[in-house]
Amino acid sequence: MVQLTLPKNSKVVKGKHHPAPEGAKTVKTFKIYRYDPEGDAQPRWDTYDVDVSACGPMVLDVLLHIKNTMDPTLALRRSCREGVCGSCAMNIGGRNTLACTHGHADYSSGVSVSPLPSQPVLKDLVPDLNLFFAQYASIEPWLQTTTPEPQKEWNQAPADRQKLDGLYECILCACCTTSCPSYWWNGDKYLGPAALLQAYRWLADSRDEAKGERLDDLEDPFKLYRCHTIMNCAQVCPKGLNPAKAIAQIKALLVERVV
Amino acid sequence: MVSTSKQHRTDMARARGLGAAHHGVNHFIVERATSVALVPLCLWAVWAALKIAPSGYDGAVQLLASPINAVLAILLVLVSARHTSVGMRVVIEDYIDVKTTRVALLLLNTGVAGLAAAIAVFSILKVALPGLAGH
Repeated sequence: MVQLTLPKNSKVVKGKHHPAPEGAKTVKTFKIYRYDPEGDAQPRWDTYDVDVSACGPMVLDVLLHIKNTMDPTLALRRSCREGVCGSCAMNIGGRNTLACTHGHADYSSGVSVSPLPSQPVLKDLVPDLNLFFAQYASIEPWLQTTTPEPQKEWNQAPADRQKLDGLYECILCACCTTSCPSYWWNGDKYLGPAALLQAYRWLADSRDEAKGERLDDLEDPFKLYRCHTIMNCAQVCPKGLNPAKAIAQIKALLVERVV
Repeated sequence: MVSTSKQHRTDMARARGLGAAHHGVNHFIVERATSVALVPLCLWAVWAALKIAPSGYDGAVQLLASPINAVLAILLVLVSARHTSVGMRVVIEDYIDVKTTRVALLLLNTGVAGLAAAIAVFSILKVALPGLAGH
């Protein structure tokens, strides 16, 4: 049965308050999810009064400012700080996004920052994405051919290359997959929007010779057909992609195969 | 710490699970085909309901005496039952996680839809065919 009550470690309690340093000019409060796996303590909401005039414009700048000057115990992932790597994906103000590409000016004081939903939390803002990446690997995201490799490269017409636009740009930040209610209920079997967008990226590739096998592996009531076009994926994608459309195109290919 | 089988399964083993069932596309097509078929059938049902509303049972007997109306009524019942059972199946698969409950509800879903359709078809035939109505 669908779980309607939260397990013990998912009940978030009130945490510590970190006041702004003296002389702070523009103070904004950030409510940040904290969880320490060492020990039995419940996860908690810590509040930080941040002097936003002392840090950069993005939410990631705020988080790094907190870590550097207020509370070094805060754990988060980040790398490129320009929306390319997908590491700093988290839930800001109730919406999955990248902390590095969203200005804190877009959020009111008291905005909540929590890890991507529905995944086990390793620490603070760091979710366990191992299953997510295994699901991605399970769709075999590489060019598959049986024809011997050509001397130079596999040719592709410009028109066919254009069919990959809107698909290849995915940075695997997991914003879409972890925002999908269908993935929340059946994430152990449903591949989720990110893996399926990538599955279609290879189905749409004119050079790939494994279309049939790929479709065979996707035709499943759970792996593919749990998508009910809820569209959260397209709403939150920080790269502006539309995984729901890609999934609809996979479904259309499966119909094309039998009619 | 107790070692559980879940801890020793790799993420890839979890992701691949039991592999693909290699079915689903037929359900997908049936969902859509029955939806489309129900549009004219429901319009006909509204027309039929309005037509027999003032005249009661005798009006229904008269309506179903026409082979076209009787066939349309049977089609409405069969297509609705199929559409309902396919749709309910998705809801059960979405929300029921316990395997035994899921299987039981899926069987119940198919059974209830089948039974309802059989009773409705028999009722239509009983009204439409005077031979049956005599008993």
